[in-house]
Amino acid sequence: MNAVYLVFGIIIPYAALFIFVVGLVYRIVRWASSPVPFRIPTTCGQQKSLPWIKSKKIENPYNNAGVIGRMALEVLVFRSLLRNTKTELRRGIQKLVYKDSKLLWLGAFVFHWSLLIILLRHLRLFVEPVPAFVISLQRLDGLFQIMLPTLYITDILIVLALGYLLLRRMAGAQLRYISLFSDYFAVLLLLGIALSGIFMRYIFRVDLVSVKELALGVLSFHPSIPAAGIGLAFYVHLFLVCTLFAYFPFSKLVHMAGVFLSPTRNLANNSRMRRHINPWNYPVKVHTYQEWEDEFREHMKDAGLPLEKE
Amino acid sequence: MTDTTKKPEELLKLDYTPPKKGWMETPVDFKKGTYCYSAPQKHQEYLGLPYPRQWQPFDADWKLPENWKQIILEGMNDRLKKYRSFRLYMDICVRCGACADKCHFFIGTGDPKNMPVLRAELLRSVYRKYFTLGGKLFGKVGGARELTEDVLKEWYYYFYQCTECRRCSVFCPYGIDTCEITMMARDLLSLVGCNVGWVIEPASNCFRTGNHLGVPPHAFKDTLDFAIDEVEDLTGVKVEASVNRKGAELLFITPSADYFASPHWYTFLGYLMLFHEIGLDYTWSAYASEGGNFGLFHSAEMMKRLNAKMYAEAKRLGVKWILGGECGHMWRVVHQYMNTINGPADFLEEPVSPITGTKFENAKATKMVHICEFTADLIKNNKLKLDPSRNDHWKMTFHDSCNPARAMGLFEEPRYIIKNVCNNFYEMPENTIKEYTFCCGSGAGLGSDENLEMRLRGGLPRANAVKYVKEKHGVNLLTCICAIDRAVLPTLLQYWVPGVEVSGLHELVGNALVMKGEKERTTDMRGTPRKQEAK
Repeated sequence: MNAVYLVFGIIIPYAALFIFVVGLVYRIVRWASSPVPFRIPTTCGQQKSLPWIKSKKIENPYNNAGVIGRMALEVLVFRSLLRNTKTELRRGIQKLVYKDSKLLWLGAFVFHWSLLIILLRHLRLFVEPVPAFVISLQRLDGLFQIMLPTLYITDILIVLALGYLLLRRMAGAQLRYISLFSDYFAVLLLLGIALSGIFMRYIFRVDLVSVKELALGVLSFHPSIPAAGIGLAFYVHLFLVCTLFAYFPFSKLVHMAGVFLSPTRNLANNSRMRRHINPWNYPVKVHTYQEWEDEFREHMKDAGLPLEKE
Repeated sequence: MTDTTKKPEELLKLDYTPPKKGWMETPVDFKKGTYCYSAPQKHQEYLGLPYPRQWQPFDADWKLPENWKQIILEGMNDRLKKYRSFRLYMDICVRCGACADKCHFFIGTGDPKNMPVLRAELLRSVYRKYFTLGGKLFGKVGGARELTEDVLKEWYYYFYQCTECRRCSVFCPYGIDTCEITMMARDLLSLVGCNVGWVIEPASNCFRTGNHLGVPPHAFKDTLDFAIDEVEDLTGVKVEASVNRKGAELLFITPSADYFASPHWYTFLGYLMLFHEIGLDYTWSAYASEGGNFGLFHSAEMMKRLNAKMYAEAKRLGVKWILGGECGHMWRVVHQYMNTINGPADFLEEPVSPITGTKFENAKATKMVHICEFTADLIKNNKLKLDPSRNDHWKMTFHDSCNPARAMGLFEEPRYIIKNVCNNFYEMPENTIKEYTFCCGSGAGLGSDENLEMRLRGGLPRANAVKYVKEKHGVNLLTCICAIDRAVLPTLLQYWVPGVEVSGLHELVGNALVMKGEKERTTDMRGTPRKQEAK
């Protein structure tokens, strides 16, 4: 039995963490090693041109401050998803209508923020003493103080959000058509993690002191399986988390890091103000003025056009 | 339009529900009217493109080079290393579907492969198969598939069914830009000699004669002389314009369609009148006689080859800076690429308006100013005498062209001009203008006649918004700042919204411009009588 705990409690977590870190670094290095030859921001507002025309400094940034603002909005509040509309063709009047459609934004926003808060809450298991902000966050998240142990708002929200994202993918014909196995897998895995965590907290209680002992041991590279034992539910949860970590760098989930590198978002629209350099710019075959004049000289002469060579 | 064109009601029988069969199992069907013919061999040869040959998309055998698969995969590998956008956008899509119904081609066809996400998956699936561990291990379950001739044909069909308008990238939470992916796919297709005629022929013409339409210098001069006469007939004012003149202060470059097509022609006259009236010291060039750049629709290399003429000619003529006319994709190239690919323009000066003294700080490195920035500045500084009532017979709306909208953010300059040159201006619904603007459906090299049904479908959302303002406000003119728009929107509107004309913005400036020494104008430039004031 000890060997099984060793595998699931220590070996797999280390392996998953290793794959996660190395894989993600590999991914980022690979993206970063491809240059950005052209300055191609997608502009979503008025450019900076004449001084009396008000420019949109964030939707169409012309400097780094604007880019930081744009990226912050994109990463923190999913600005672009907020634009979402649903196109409908009203056949009778033959009109296209674009209805506001914010549910996808809501689902994504609730899921990502809940995940972040839950991850931060988990810091109490990895850091000793527990940082003050983690305790405050935990209090805030458990504000309703219903049930015992305290019910966290994010626990409910993340399950609802993931459930919506999964249903949305299965119910919409267009979305079902474009979905790959991995799209379902990612949601199901996250849902599995959330649910196993919740079960562990409210139904199959585990010994948190032992969990922390294990976590601290692993992180300080002195791993040991706590003598008291933790409970099966914990190992299920941990295994799913490890699966997620190991899967992460090879999946679409790398959008977490990739979004920061997207050239349509993270570049200032200032390519006429400042020259953007393409590291692999190379000379190409052009049709020179001389070649051109050589071909048309006689006609140009007749038409009275100026010539370089008579 | 031919008699075989389907009726609007027929085209509107759209179903946005995807078929039961998965997209990987659905091979492409080259239906008449929905794709572009291949490029003529002689133009491919003139440009020195690989594997020039005669073939057509509907042929069973595309006569691909024997090692075509290897060429494509090596080309892909090469581009993954050269473009962060490409590698990143292959990796990070989560298929959330926010882009799905934002594409005008999806809205107009209901074909699921026109959802931007799926258009990208056509390429992404091959990327997974050959460049990722998951794709190699799990194959189809991992979203990967083999590169086959059918896949290549599918690429040709769908990547020439994207107008690189970038509307989807506005809605994508990661800014994934289908335009980037389409550019890569077209570049790859070209490596094995698969190009469309409507891109390669103009590019080859432009390379040789200086403009897409293949107008040689003497014919260019004739056209200009003809326009000068026409301005005199209209206004009684003899304007002056020079070609290839050294020592002029500015070089003016506009798309060739402006001086060879209708309704562009009136915008051309508008330029001539405006420049004369303010006494601008400028020259046209017959060598750099094209603002547009169909190279952009082919590859970064072709774009650079064609664009090189602008700076080369500015340098040869010794001008201070360059002024650019109304055009969409031209401004994508000038604004986002030119200085990078063919700069630095250290032989030019930072642009200053010779009339108002305004410094165009936003163009101080590239040294090229958009005509709308230039004219808006003139109006703001009271340098023009304008009579907007001369455009009173028009009730107009403004179409934001994709590239000035989503690759520049040129929104208020044209609107400021509009408000000063006409009295009846109505905006289309806000989901269809500015950064949300809908493409004409024929950009990026898809404007050919054989592709008409697809163009009409792609143009549906734009036309539908025009229809809205026509019914609500009686709009009878759509004005725009793009030469492709002016070429294709008349057909589109005639089909979907009969009774709405198309114009360039400087046509309206020309109408409203009160010139020194002009005779009384009883008609606009098109010969349409001015609206008489009620007695």
